[in-house]
Amino acid sequence: MSDVEKIEGDAGNFTVTVKERPRYVDMDKCIACGVCATKCPRKVDDKYNQNLNKRKAIYVQYAQAVPLKYVIDEANCIYFEKGKCRACEKFCPADAIDFSQKEKTYQLEVGSVILSPGYQPYDPVPSNAYGYNDFANVITSMEFERILSASGPFEGHMVRPLDGKNVEKIAWLQCVGSRDTHADSHDYCSGICCMYSIKEAVIAKEHADKQLDTAIFYMDMRTHGKEFDRYYNRAKDEKGVRFIRSRIHSLAEIRDGSKDLKLIYVDEEGNMQSEIFDLVVLSVGITISKDVSSMAANLGIELDKDGFAAASCFSPVATSRPGIFVCGAFGGPKDIPQSVMEASAASSASAALLCDARNTLIQEKVYPDEEPIDNDNLRIGVFVCHCGINIGSIVDVPDVRDYAGTLPGVVYTADNMFSCSQDTQELIRDTVKKEKLNRVVVAACSPRTHEPLFQETIQAAGLNRYLLEFTNIRDQDAWVHQDKPKEATQKAKDLVRMAVSKVTFSEPLAKLRMPMNKAGVVVGGGIAGMNAALNMAEQGFQTYLIEQKQELGGQGLNIDKTWQDEDVKEYIKNLKLSLQNNKKIEILLNARLIEVSGFVGNFKSIVQIDGSQRELEHGVAVLASGAKPYKPKEYLYGQSDRVTRWHELLDNFNKDPEKLEQAKAVAFIQCVGSREPERPYCSKICCTSSVQQAISLKTRKPDLDVYILYRDLRTYGQREVLYTKARKLGVLFIRYSLEEKPKVKKCMVDGKEKIEILIKDHILGTDLEIKVDYLNLATAIIAEGQDQLSRLFKVPLNEDGFFMEAHMKLRPVDCSTDGVFICGLSHYPKPVEESIAQAQAAAERAANMLAMEYVEVEPIISVVNQDKCIGCGLCETICPYGAIHVVQVPGEGFKAENISALCKGCGVCAAACPQQAIDMQHFRDHQIIAAINAGGKNAMEEKKQIIAAKKPGRTSISGFQVSDDYYYHAGHSWVKMEKGGRVKIGIDDFLLKILGPMEEFELPKEGAALRKNTTGLVLKRNGHKAMIQVPITGKVFSINHKVLNNPELLYDDPYKEGWLFALEPLALKRDLKELFFKEQSYQWLEEENKKLLDLLGPEFEKLAATDDKAVFDICDNFPEIGWEKLVNTFFSPKR
Amino acid sequence: MKNDFEPKILAFLCNWCAYAGADLAGVSRIQYPPSIRVIRTMCSGRVDPLWVIKGLESGFDGVMVAG
Repeated sequence: MSDVEKIEGDAGNFTVTVKERPRYVDMDKCIACGVCATKCPRKVDDKYNQNLNKRKAIYVQYAQAVPLKYVIDEANCIYFEKGKCRACEKFCPADAIDFSQKEKTYQLEVGSVILSPGYQPYDPVPSNAYGYNDFANVITSMEFERILSASGPFEGHMVRPLDGKNVEKIAWLQCVGSRDTHADSHDYCSGICCMYSIKEAVIAKEHADKQLDTAIFYMDMRTHGKEFDRYYNRAKDEKGVRFIRSRIHSLAEIRDGSKDLKLIYVDEEGNMQSEIFDLVVLSVGITISKDVSSMAANLGIELDKDGFAAASCFSPVATSRPGIFVCGAFGGPKDIPQSVMEASAASSASAALLCDARNTLIQEKVYPDEEPIDNDNLRIGVFVCHCGINIGSIVDVPDVRDYAGTLPGVVYTADNMFSCSQDTQELIRDTVKKEKLNRVVVAACSPRTHEPLFQETIQAAGLNRYLLEFTNIRDQDAWVHQDKPKEATQKAKDLVRMAVSKVTFSEPLAKLRMPMNKAGVVVGGGIAGMNAALNMAEQGFQTYLIEQKQELGGQGLNIDKTWQDEDVKEYIKNLKLSLQNNKKIEILLNARLIEVSGFVGNFKSIVQIDGSQRELEHGVAVLASGAKPYKPKEYLYGQSDRVTRWHELLDNFNKDPEKLEQAKAVAFIQCVGSREPERPYCSKICCTSSVQQAISLKTRKPDLDVYILYRDLRTYGQREVLYTKARKLGVLFIRYSLEEKPKVKKCMVDGKEKIEILIKDHILGTDLEIKVDYLNLATAIIAEGQDQLSRLFKVPLNEDGFFMEAHMKLRPVDCSTDGVFICGLSHYPKPVEESIAQAQAAAERAANMLAMEYVEVEPIISVVNQDKCIGCGLCETICPYGAIHVVQVPGEGFKAENISALCKGCGVCAAACPQQAIDMQHFRDHQIIAAINAGGKNAMEEKKQIIAAKKPGRTSISGFQVSDDYYYHAGHSWVKMEKGGRVKIGIDDFLLKILGPMEEFELPKEGAALRKNTTGLVLKRNGHKAMIQVPITGKVFSINHKVLNNPELLYDDPYKEGWLFALEPLALKRDLKELFFKEQSYQWLEEENKKLLDLLGPEFEKLAATDDKAVFDICDNFPEIGWEKLVNTFFSPKR
Repeated sequence: MKNDFEPKILAFLCNWCAYAGADLAGVSRIQYPPSIRVIRTMCSGRVDPLWVIKGLESGFDGVMVAG
């Protein structure tokens, strides 16, 4: 929201004028709940989503925006247009809207400035590239990027923006706006498009529901970065992305109304082809926007001919104005890893300039002493946050708060509108003190964003920060169960219960601090190593530079010129001088690291120098051990002195200019040993190098025939200018494929030895025979000496033997081992300027650590119970950080020991330990298990109910039918619960079987009030009556007229169709307690049956009740017992 | 018969990826069944196989480890 107006002054002392545009939202108050955007009535094209959908006039640019605060788009806001609306203001629960904000101007006093304004994708509109303006289904790669994105307008579904049609066939057209000499385009290569197109094609295939056909039309596939060629190969061979080497000359919509596009192109064999695609993606390149150009002009920054900030290869992040640095794509086309490296490099160059001012603006925070914790007297406080309406509108927060109060150990609960607000924080701090809380649970948003804030707060109250447990009831509850408030509330209660259980076992922990040894070691004295050392020394730190050869310079000594034609040898000479003159640098030549121990802040290394040994103590290390060119066995290398590699050819010509004078033709073969199955990576610098050499030869001797035999010409970025120049000078480029590599043999022409090359020319489609005087091979750059360093510092290597960074894009110079950094060729082949930028980046990352007084480690680390440990060493084997090792303890055998400074707290060791001897602080086994048990409690109860409900009920007892979930009255009437609270009343099978068919029955009147245990219905037979008692007190709601009209129903189905009347109960719960249910009813009925058998006497036992069938109509079949006796025994219980 | 069994899931989420992913689902308001209970760990590698058993034993129907 700010623009730089001007920068006055000089390096070390600038005044920067910055204008900040109003946001109209108070950043301190906005909680990013999004209510404003829901209520805002104005819809605007969403620029972030490439106008593929709409957003509101108050918005956040994208879900992960930092800071996550809303902003009002003044140009589109109704209030700014018409003077009324302010809906956002009305609905904002945090009172964050502030229409009174004005533009502000700041004057910043700074010592240096870093420019990283970025790039703008090439705009295909002015040139109407490939009919972009006319054809709806021609889109840019940026638009496609948004279509692909799960958070984009189509949630990652592969549909066409035009008609929502599911896409089945997509074409990418490379080099749109790049490598193109037309007026609106750029002749440089944008460097990133090949890779992102492959990525888009691969991801599109993953996202598509069915088979998706993807084709990339390209000129040269430029996947020159680390691991990029592997990705390219996978896309081609495993994912089935089609790669077609052709520049499309035209495309048009087909005329069937589908708006599909027909591409016409010439294939590699020279045949005209046409294909129809649903969608055509233009792989647009990198350009610098007019705004950035004018800012640069304003600041007095020189731009190169392509509009990028001009920089020398030797100081890749310095602009033409001292003290102002550049990083990212403003300095030239580049990808993410390179941009991130440059960011560190620019910061490093800045830090070297301002090293004296380091730490002068720092204020240290002071906390009160921590109170001792009384573990026998748990005092847990639970704070539940409403987060405005974010949590409160879904989760019943007061209910959760009250529930928390019932949990063991909880002595204080509160609910807060915004727990993170300044005043609530103070309230929590005071509450912790006042209530003498010794554990705190906060149920609010995400611990990933807010846990540190609350930790600070309780620390400010004198409570150890690790006695806090933070549970997420917003992002992972209220927001994701918006239609299920009841379940969301239950979930919040469960989560609070889990947190309380876990925090019960929390213990106070102290952050670990170890002193930082403020010296650095740089291994390798090439261009990268020298730069890293110089930069660290310039930042004020003692640096040891270890080089195994007897002079500094490394592979740089073999390079003549950078691609920008700057003299490398001269540069190295000067660099050496600066190093020698810097008192903070000690250069150790003929030196080799042979032993390393310790960890970040406290390394001890032993260096072997000319037969003697020296111990160095240092806090960090930068590895820049370099690489070397591969010696091939093919193409007659080593068999003919006319076959050379890399700089050898030009060296020969320089030594003996006569050779060049006599020569008629020279050839270069690219990718010798690179991009082969055994070495499937691109050596990155060879194309530029050979093209440079070719230009040099052509310039010196224009009639010399120069051939470059290549697979993909990878003069990436602005180096493309060299390729263009070489072609203009008449250098002949002939492409070959891996399957048909050139064949080379010696031959004699006019009595002179020559080299004959056989190659198939794809464009002409014929075999060519070229006779040259000299053949130079661009062989692979291979790793050298990394093995030993990898072992010493425990840093991993990739499959090709280069050092592996902690994260390809985000941490490109860090190693997974803390305090160890990498740069230069030992990381991956790269040109001088990239090596220097990476060296400066590594130096910056190293200096960052050296600047600290101590190494501070979160105490979330492993602890070993050595009594349990059996010294098996499994933990040491699997620890990815080398943070646990097995040591010999006298008299005890081997025991594991944690190295706190290296431990990242992942806990793999604890999970793996077969003895359960390892535990993780703050995530201790019993803490997690307590949380698991607490979490499962509810589920277990529900499960018990389900099991109880599903347990097959009894359907008959001693031959009498029963219905399992009914309640029975001792007088053989039953009660069935109905939905809504009413009950149905009927009589059971026992009664019906004993008394037999009735002649008549009297039911109570609708509306009549009945009391339990008094007569409710009367049964009549043969002039006898049976008065049947009502099981429940209540009012008759309805009677079953069906049964009255059709008494058979009663006998056929006494428990369902045969119900008699429905009651509106008065005191159901109380009454139910007096009735028989389930097990009780089975027992009771069995007893009743026994009584019946006693009445019948032994001889009729079988008759009365056989297993499943009871005899019907006992009354009639055994008249000697008599009606009265039966009724009195069974159906008139006395209470 | 309608099968209204809704399994209760215990999830162990890695602080650095899966837990962040679950937060992002929230920010994106992606709705999912409320029958999951999350325990945050500093790495999915921390999850002791025993915890999975404990989870099932304590009443959960399924255990998810994501990282």
